[in-house]
Amino acid sequence: MAGDIYRKPILFAIASTGMILVGTIVTMVYPMLTPDMHPKMEALKPFTALQLAGRDIYQREGCNNCHTQTVRPLKTEVMRYGEYSKAGEFAYDRPFLWGSKRTGPDLARIGGKYPDVWHYRHFENPQAMFEKSNMPQYAFLKEVKLDLTKVESHMKANDFPFTTSEIATLKDRTEMDALVAYMQVIGTSVRKKEVRAVAEASTRSREKNPFAGDKKAIELGRKLYADNCQMCHGENGKGDMGPSLADDVFFGVKGDLADDDYYEVINNGIEPGMVEEGRIAKSSMPSFKGTLSREQIWSIVAYIRSLQGK
Amino acid sequence: MSDYDYDHETVRGFVLSSVFWGVVGIVIGLWISVQMWSAGWNIAPYFTFGRLRVVHTNGLAFGLGVGAIFGISYYILMRLTKRPLLFPVLARVQLYVFNIAIALAALSLFLGMNQSLEYAELEWPLDIGVVILWVMFAVNVFGTIIKRKEEQMYISLWYVIATVVAVAVLYIVNNLSIPAGWDKSYHLFAGVNSANVEWWYGHNAVGFVFTTPILAMFYYFLPKSTGLPIYSHRLSIIAFWSLIFAYLWTGAHHLVYTPLPDWIQTLAIVFTIFLIAPSWGSVINGYYTVGNDWSKMQTNYLTKFFIWGITFYGLQTVQGPTQGLRVVSQLIHYTDWVPGHVHMGTMGWVTMTVTASMYYIIPKISKTDLYSVKIANTHFWLVLIGQLMFSITMWITGIQQGALWKAVSSDGSLKYTFYETLIRNYPYWQMRTIAGVIFTIGMLFFIYNILMTIRKGKALTASQG
Repeated sequence: MAGDIYRKPILFAIASTGMILVGTIVTMVYPMLTPDMHPKMEALKPFTALQLAGRDIYQREGCNNCHTQTVRPLKTEVMRYGEYSKAGEFAYDRPFLWGSKRTGPDLARIGGKYPDVWHYRHFENPQAMFEKSNMPQYAFLKEVKLDLTKVESHMKANDFPFTTSEIATLKDRTEMDALVAYMQVIGTSVRKKEVRAVAEASTRSREKNPFAGDKKAIELGRKLYADNCQMCHGENGKGDMGPSLADDVFFGVKGDLADDDYYEVINNGIEPGMVEEGRIAKSSMPSFKGTLSREQIWSIVAYIRSLQGK
Repeated sequence: MSDYDYDHETVRGFVLSSVFWGVVGIVIGLWISVQMWSAGWNIAPYFTFGRLRVVHTNGLAFGLGVGAIFGISYYILMRLTKRPLLFPVLARVQLYVFNIAIALAALSLFLGMNQSLEYAELEWPLDIGVVILWVMFAVNVFGTIIKRKEEQMYISLWYVIATVVAVAVLYIVNNLSIPAGWDKSYHLFAGVNSANVEWWYGHNAVGFVFTTPILAMFYYFLPKSTGLPIYSHRLSIIAFWSLIFAYLWTGAHHLVYTPLPDWIQTLAIVFTIFLIAPSWGSVINGYYTVGNDWSKMQTNYLTKFFIWGITFYGLQTVQGPTQGLRVVSQLIHYTDWVPGHVHMGTMGWVTMTVTASMYYIIPKISKTDLYSVKIANTHFWLVLIGQLMFSITMWITGIQQGALWKAVSSDGSLKYTFYETLIRNYPYWQMRTIAGVIFTIGMLFFIYNILMTIRKGKALTASQG
């Protein structure tokens, strides 16, 4: 009897279909019917028209072939990229863009990590910032204006809220603007950095740099500065994409900060709106916690002080 | 009915189309392998790595893979049903539609029309084309089988039937999307759900494009070319049903440590381990078939291809499940280990079996002998060396990447920046390009051999004319 199936093609096809549907239903169809598969973070907002246009470009250029967008809950991964990815962060992602290969770094926490200008320069010519980088140059995106009819129909297809006047303001924006806007929103529904009240100055006891004036530490700091800081703050701290470190203006306000404020900024990074000693940050800087040790950060502070002649 | 009434023109058309798209896919593969270590080889906007990589994967999976599946399945189908295709004209139209679709697919990917779903990158208008092609295929497969002249359906037909139904279900569900213009769409599924649907598809596309139809070829051409019967019919029954049952549970092993609910990941890992059994059912069946007379490995050049092919299938189906384990995944996931794994399957198992099947078919339908067994042997050794060098290099790179990403200094801080871990891959990636060149030369020997065989057949027919 059982052998009959090998003589009955229709029955055979039905049996095969049944076989493949069991695993399909248990692992794919059933979960879809549960709320577990449709979570949403409280802070997550639908993409704006500019951000969605940027995401479309991310898809068009196949960025997901080299960049993942999911931080695994593994110790060194969280140290390198930041808080591990949560299911509720992706409710508006159609499709998900987690990727499967990290030829370049993960981008799940790229939003707010660098200032916009960093991304503009990097997309235009990655090799100018990382000499041997294998990332293609995307300078052409600067030359292409957004197609607003497409932007609008894409917002509609996703059922994202927008107004026609909002779309109209994008008239002169380029594809590069859109891509950078998308970069800056990725992963931002998970709060990364502590925000303190504007008026609040540090009340903790001041910590001194244990290596202040130490020649060896300054030399080490110089090397670390060249590898980690120079790209944005320029040679000898004279400033470039990032502000000058040799003058006495910090966060746009005149007046020096204490050693341990330097330490904190390098350690935790900053993002727009963050407050340091009552001064409000307008831009972003990545955190070096995890990549630089305590001694290394203090050595960099010692080097910066030496640039200021202190 | 005489042997020569079969519609071999269409079979040959699919074989040659498959080989043509294979060359395109392989050349682009070489190109992107150079881009990995030399960014200057990117030509924006159409020929950057991000756009070319999908032309490489789609060109080979759909062009070489599906083209070969159509052609070789039709050949097997006619033999095992002892009759010509039920709808020969439909098959001929399918051949033309196939080539137009692949050409348009490549063009659309160069233009950046990309759904960003791995192995389902094609946008919705092309998806409709793929579905139409598949329906044409299904109509001929089922029609011909229903009107067959041989009552019992041989193993290869089981695998062809499973391929037809599974690919239909997988492809249609994962490509469901909300169109936003003719060149753009958004996945019907969002976030974690989108990920789960995509990898249910992605893994089983491997299962039902690179496994079941290739096993159909293996079960048909191994006994045919060696003259030895399949060792165990019972084993092939058990292996078939358990393979197609277990495969569909395993997609989430691509999503280990992602925010996908843990139970789906764990269940996938368990079934992935189980999958070793049915996979090795076919490996053992192959080995024991030739086990009656191992001298075939020396005397029959095709046996080498099939036995080494099934050996790589066996290695692949042990390595794959190992990678699914959390402890291994956390080291090698997202590294070059994974492309190393994939390429052992595609360059080892799939192309060896497919090219050997073509070596069997082309002389038969050209009514002559193979142009040169010596060239076939050269082809064999070049693709073997190229593939081994490729895969092993990528495994080493992958372990290095994973280890460097994890390395911490004595004070607990990360030892390497991402950039430092990147540039250390370049020597390996250069070696991979060399491996790819060796493999490509091997494939060129194959193509030359096939073309010369067809030419020889034509000359013979003409002289007998």
